[in-house]
Amino acid sequence: MSITELLLLCFSAILAENFIFVKFMGVCPFLGVSGSIDTALSMGMAVTFVMSVASAATWTVYNYVLIPFKLEYLETIAFIIIIASLVQLIEMFMKKSFPPLYKALGIYLPLITTNCAVLGVALLNVQNNYNLLESVMYGFFAALGFTFALFVFAGVRQRLVLATPPKAFEGVPLSLVTAGLIAMAFSGFQGINLGGTGLFPFTLG
Amino acid sequence: MKRRGIAWFAKEGLLKNNPVLVQLLGLCSVLAVSTTMTNALGMGAAATVVLICSNLLISLLRRLIPEQVRIAAYIVVISGFVTAVQLIIKAYLPAIDKSLGIFIPLIVVNCIVLARAEAFASKNGPVASILDGVFMGLGYTAALLCVSFIREFFGSGSLFGIKVLGESYPGILMLTMPAGAFLCLACVVAAVRYFSARKGDK
Repeated sequence: MSITELLLLCFSAILAENFIFVKFMGVCPFLGVSGSIDTALSMGMAVTFVMSVASAATWTVYNYVLIPFKLEYLETIAFIIIIASLVQLIEMFMKKSFPPLYKALGIYLPLITTNCAVLGVALLNVQNNYNLLESVMYGFFAALGFTFALFVFAGVRQRLVLATPPKAFEGVPLSLVTAGLIAMAFSGFQGINLGGTGLFPFTLG
Repeated sequence: MKRRGIAWFAKEGLLKNNPVLVQLLGLCSVLAVSTTMTNALGMGAAATVVLICSNLLISLLRRLIPEQVRIAAYIVVISGFVTAVQLIIKAYLPAIDKSLGIFIPLIVVNCIVLARAEAFASKNGPVASILDGVFMGLGYTAALLCVSFIREFFGSGSLFGIKVLGESYPGILMLTMPAGAFLCLACVVAAVRYFSARKGDK
């Protein structure tokens, strides 16, 4: 894979194939924690960290444990266990070594286990036959896309507090409408799909 | 614990505490697979089976699972059933497997399944847990079908892949795109809130 292809992979992971607005992964934490820009950034950082490490870990386990023993069908179970224990490990490590960081990210870490973006990126890496570098890059940049979406959304939402929508739309429905409008903007990025192989492997029938 | 009838579970799962439209859980999959009603039905059925099985097993094991590691234990149980369902779908319904793709394994992290395990199955007996699983699953499926009906009918003029509005219907492209999913779900949730608030007034 050349540098150009790698760059394409990164850009498409952030914009054209944005996890939240195009692939709908990680919408639950997205609606839950994007109340303010600060929390959105903290959550984004935690997810980015876990997703990059998890991509490397799941790739290694898949290629050096599951394939040699012909256990590929156990990927879902194996990946979720890896992710859950990784999150636990990171939590313990940060608590001891980086208390300030732990304080900032602490409450978001356990949530990451059930964030479908993390498991999703691990499964996509396998589906697309990425090598270790590609997997980590994809995990990292998909998570950056997630953070970017969270950040943009939090900014809009801080202003929404002042809006007076019809009562039925207050709260989550209004957030969903906003997300829909941002998704429309993001669908514009589909235009920069330059058609590299394996970049846009995922389409819903 | 007071005894509850099937009607109670049905009302709870389908209306009062509908996992998607009222509790707002599992939105990722609702947004993603509501493009066609066929997808919605397949996903709803898969999730319902997983919900029933995991609720049953977790309820049977509820006295054995230690408090501290319960979430991890639940996830392992759930992912086991998800893998089984995934393999069955792959073997017998390859078309559904292809169009749902990665969202079948992602049932593992669907908040509905874990939420029911934690909130209901871990505190109630096996029969009640099965009933809870059945009706929460049906509630999820109903919500999915509702959103996908709007998206497929108005988006491409078809239902379950069959054209019903005639070939000349141009279709609202936006509804089939991601943005349409968000807007459509927003309107359905708002409608549910509007009508339940009106009912409460009377």
